[in-house]
Amino acid sequence: MATREVISTGNELSALAARDAGCRFFGGYPITPSSEVMHEMSDLMPAVGGTCIQMEDEIAGVAAAIGAGMAGVRTMTATSGPGISLKAENLGLAQMAEVPLVVVNVMRGGPSTGLPTRVSQGDVAQAKNPSHGDYKSITLCAGSLAECYTETVRAFNLADRFMQPVFVLLDETIGHMHGKAMLPTEEEVANGIVPRKSFDGAPEDYRPYECEHDQPAVLNPMFKGYRYHFTGLHHDAKGFPTEEIETCRKLIQRLEDKVELHKDEIEYNEEFFVDDAEILIIAYGSVSLAAKEAIRHLRAEGIKAGLFRPITLWPSPQDRMRELGAKIPKVLVVELNIGQYRDEVQRSTGRLDIDGLFKVNGRPISPYEIVSKVKEL
Amino acid sequence: MAFNYDKYLRLEKMPTLWCWGCGDGVILKAFVRAIDKLGINKDDVCVVSGIGCSGRFSSYVDFNTVHTTHGRTVAFATGIKLVHPDKYVICVAGDGDALAIGGNHTIHGCRRNIDITMIIINNFIYGLTNSQTSPTTPKGMWTVSQKAGNIDPTFDTCNLAIAAGASFVARESMLDAKKLEKVFIKAIEHRGFACLDVLSNCHINLGRKNKMASAMENLEWIDRITTPKKKYDALSPEEQLNMFPTGILKEDTTADEYCDMYAEIIKVHQGQRKTISQDDFAKKI
Repeated sequence: MATREVISTGNELSALAARDAGCRFFGGYPITPSSEVMHEMSDLMPAVGGTCIQMEDEIAGVAAAIGAGMAGVRTMTATSGPGISLKAENLGLAQMAEVPLVVVNVMRGGPSTGLPTRVSQGDVAQAKNPSHGDYKSITLCAGSLAECYTETVRAFNLADRFMQPVFVLLDETIGHMHGKAMLPTEEEVANGIVPRKSFDGAPEDYRPYECEHDQPAVLNPMFKGYRYHFTGLHHDAKGFPTEEIETCRKLIQRLEDKVELHKDEIEYNEEFFVDDAEILIIAYGSVSLAAKEAIRHLRAEGIKAGLFRPITLWPSPQDRMRELGAKIPKVLVVELNIGQYRDEVQRSTGRLDIDGLFKVNGRPISPYEIVSKVKEL
Repeated sequence: MAFNYDKYLRLEKMPTLWCWGCGDGVILKAFVRAIDKLGINKDDVCVVSGIGCSGRFSSYVDFNTVHTTHGRTVAFATGIKLVHPDKYVICVAGDGDALAIGGNHTIHGCRRNIDITMIIINNFIYGLTNSQTSPTTPKGMWTVSQKAGNIDPTFDTCNLAIAAGASFVARESMLDAKKLEKVFIKAIEHRGFACLDVLSNCHINLGRKNKMASAMENLEWIDRITTPKKKYDALSPEEQLNMFPTGILKEDTTADEYCDMYAEIIKVHQGQRKTISQDDFAKKI
């Protein structure tokens, strides 16, 4: 793999990735700690003929981005927890109408205004179900500077593959981290772009929402002669509102199954010293950097600890977590919330004895804290 | 020969869910005739609607159509328009949609002066949800959420749009479909944000409890509270108090349009012009 070396921040790398992945629209609103994504996009988008617009509020930011997605271009918004809360209803529309969109959430302390300038992983549960109703969220979580880039690129391809919003979770630590990162080249990213499917038959034969039970809608760009309808209502094959019982059931089941039955295309994990581990640490995002450092210390002292790091948080890697939970006696989830992902680890492993090291005071977890906790187990 | 609407309608969606005697159909027909008279290709039009009775407008017309969330038409339309500055993007919203839950987007659409035509179907009430007070419900009227009489002051849609910076602002009612068609033509042709306050009847959910339970009574009331701008201007302040002026209330063809301005931003970033500065604008503050 050809690579290039850059010195940058997580937020800036996520914007760069968007441009390289073919994103041509950004709609946003200022919010700490994600604003730098918009700052970067305001330069990157017009330089390639795209658009970056600061809207009047968070709701309008995501609405404009979804509108651009309906129009047919790759599109993104970025925000933090309070912004996701405001955008939630329109994210539901994008799920229902199957509009691809990338949503970067640079997590800060919550709930409410919380700790605007400090780190948290408190939006993990929110990312699973930000909006009301049934649908299947896809959520990726960057654990390094390079992944702020590569996971954003992956998010764009997944959004077009599954025709829905895809979250990229950064956190304040990784978003503002400044350092060296090895990235794939622009050419490599461009070659890896898989654009959304389109229909090129006769307009009268076009049925955007008539698809296999486990496949997403095929939405053509606007203004190309295929005049169909987007709606947040339950809809039929052509997108028009309906309350027909079977059509409604099939639609919602399909929104679930298009993701659930293709989890293998989405799941992505890292395993670090897991093979002989007697203590399994599960951590993601910036916390995984501290966990790796802790494991090096523990191993030096002869304690066999290993790390399982989900990079795709939702849908969760439940099969792999079940396998690991069945063979490794002690499991410790380390996260900057009060067990939001531990709940998922408990569910996946079927074990209620999963330990947790949690922190919700806006400060990162240090390797030393993890080492101490492991020794207590 | 009578105008043939079939080309522009999704006939399989008929009949509409609008009540018998509702003004929304008259407005829809006037809009369709305006598009036809302008000779615009159906593929080049996008109609974006919100939530409420007017929200269904988009599903009945054979264009590129979007039925968005409550109040957000202008925000979605802004994204669509910026991707396709050469296409016609039309918002259709109700009074609750455009002025209550979506008021912020209406204001900022006007302020940006982006080339969107916004048709606000103003029936002075939340119709679809059965008679709750809207930002245009006249004071003293009965609503289901204010059964003792509405005490909430009302918005004047057009004054709001003018103050916010829309470059084309007009008011008409569904009483005169020909005038409506003409103002639609002017608004769509106008490059900039065109905000149209289109008064309509809801005898079912406004009229029933306010002594105008038939469409005719509701329309007669609209007739009584409207007068052409010229006549309105000649009225005394007391007489103006309970009247709405109709016609084109603002038309500024010199105001900068947002997509055109964004094209300049692109030029800056592509090295084709220097950075935009205060010197580029007559009005600097």
